[in-house]
Amino acid sequence: MAALQIVNVEKRYKSLQALGGVSLSIEQGEFFGLLGPNGAGKTTLISIIAGLNRADAGSVAIHGYDVVRDYREARRRLGVVPQELVFDPFFTVRETLRMQSGYFGLKNNDKWIDEVMANLDLTNKADTNTRALSGGMKRRVLVAQALVHKPPVIVLDEPTAGVDVELRQTLWKFIARLNREGHTIVLTTHYLEEAQALCNRIAMLKSGRVVALDSTSALIKRISGSQLVVRLARGGLPDVLKPLVSHPDELVAGGKYTLRVNEYTEVEPILAKLREAGAVIEDMQLQQADLEDVFIQIMEGEK
Amino acid sequence: MTGFQTLLYKEVLRFWKVAMQTITAPILTAMLYLLIFGHVLENHVRVYDKLSYTAFLIPGLVMMSVLQNAFANSSSSLIQSKITGNLVFVLLPPLSHWELFAAYVLASVVRGLAVGAGVFIVTSWAADLSFHAPAWIVVFALLGAAILGTMGLIAGIWAEKFDQLAAFQNFLIMPATFLSGVFYSIHSLPPFWQTVSHFNPFFYMIDGFRYGFFGQSDVSPSTSFTIVSIFFLLLAGFSIQLLKTGYKLRH
Repeated sequence: MAALQIVNVEKRYKSLQALGGVSLSIEQGEFFGLLGPNGAGKTTLISIIAGLNRADAGSVAIHGYDVVRDYREARRRLGVVPQELVFDPFFTVRETLRMQSGYFGLKNNDKWIDEVMANLDLTNKADTNTRALSGGMKRRVLVAQALVHKPPVIVLDEPTAGVDVELRQTLWKFIARLNREGHTIVLTTHYLEEAQALCNRIAMLKSGRVVALDSTSALIKRISGSQLVVRLARGGLPDVLKPLVSHPDELVAGGKYTLRVNEYTEVEPILAKLREAGAVIEDMQLQQADLEDVFIQIMEGEK
Repeated sequence: MTGFQTLLYKEVLRFWKVAMQTITAPILTAMLYLLIFGHVLENHVRVYDKLSYTAFLIPGLVMMSVLQNAFANSSSSLIQSKITGNLVFVLLPPLSHWELFAAYVLASVVRGLAVGAGVFIVTSWAADLSFHAPAWIVVFALLGAAILGTMGLIAGIWAEKFDQLAAFQNFLIMPATFLSGVFYSIHSLPPFWQTVSHFNPFFYMIDGFRYGFFGQSDVSPSTSFTIVSIFFLLLAGFSIQLLKTGYKLRH
């Protein structure tokens, strides 16, 4: 049985089709990335999984429990870190975590609460009012709140947006540990190197539809070979080379071009053509394709 | 039951942490009403023949404080949580619509009764009060607080901004409480306004509550009890339905 089963989910806000029939099946123990530009429908999808929004059509089940019909069983198995930095200004960190445990029916959860706080470097803020915490600390509390009931499925909606390096490392260390222990992780992020490093499988969403769904390595292999990045001090890109440009925006901006090369032997003819056209190279790099290139290619291919 | 208990505890703790504003302030307001209206009207108004105006006024002020604070508790908690976004902490866990309803309304009852008890303590010195039927006092205080707590829940669910909530409070709750007979017996009104008062459910809450003290009222306490109970059941059913469908909470 899938940890998270999403079947033909549709959602419309007045004239905007936020989700147009999304289906995904995520297995127990996966580290799954949900990527897409702003407005692609990632947060809407997460809200429907979490029961914060209701789908117009389709269904979502967590470990087989429908999120609307069997909402109690479904929600017990789900922890969500919301994107918005929200907190309850009336309470301290420990009070907040104890109450969140209570909402899930857990009494005497202090041992696990202490462990979560220690793993997120929150221990010395335990008795501080959440109102008095910095943005990064508030984010840690949100993560801790999502984990109080040890949910087998953990959804993180852009947990590292605007967060410093230290927290990012602390967070990923802890989340990776939970993933090794068998928890299923679903992550949305705009930091693609993060997704590439962590996720074993990725879905890309655009305008409410899944436009790519594959293992991370298979997605990267879609862009064969490498990329030659040249910055020109003088002259333009000759027409024969224009089909090789992987980011069309660069043709408009000019100056810097990223060219697809399948093999290293293709580099020399490209340089020769540039020389013939009278272009002078200021800087040059040969790069391996990464998830960002795949992302850009897929998103532009879907225009 | 733990989910419900936790939410109830949290809702009580929320107002208790700011007790100066949620308990002390309304007690002071009620005291001012007593000092001013009691002083001005004591020698001019007689109700039920032998009762002094101050004695008549005190149960009315107690009940008014119970009602207004019960409404304020659930409505302000919900609107604050909605606007700051922390309502997700309550919406993500497996709390049922019954648990949400019971916790928000009971916390409102606790606040209403706490303020009501406080108002009673600081005003009861001003007149000789009797306790003709204490059971009715408790029953009407509980039902009144539960009704206003439920109305606060509905207003909090419906309102998207503070000024919408303020409109609900100023144009519905305030007139209904002030015109329910807190400051006067409706028998002193012209016949037309007496009839209108009978359509105000708040009138029955205060009239029944006052019966518990003096053994005298404009309508019989059992009639008031029936009307108030039906009103509560209708509101409770409506608000539980709103919570069940997720109206304005789960879009």
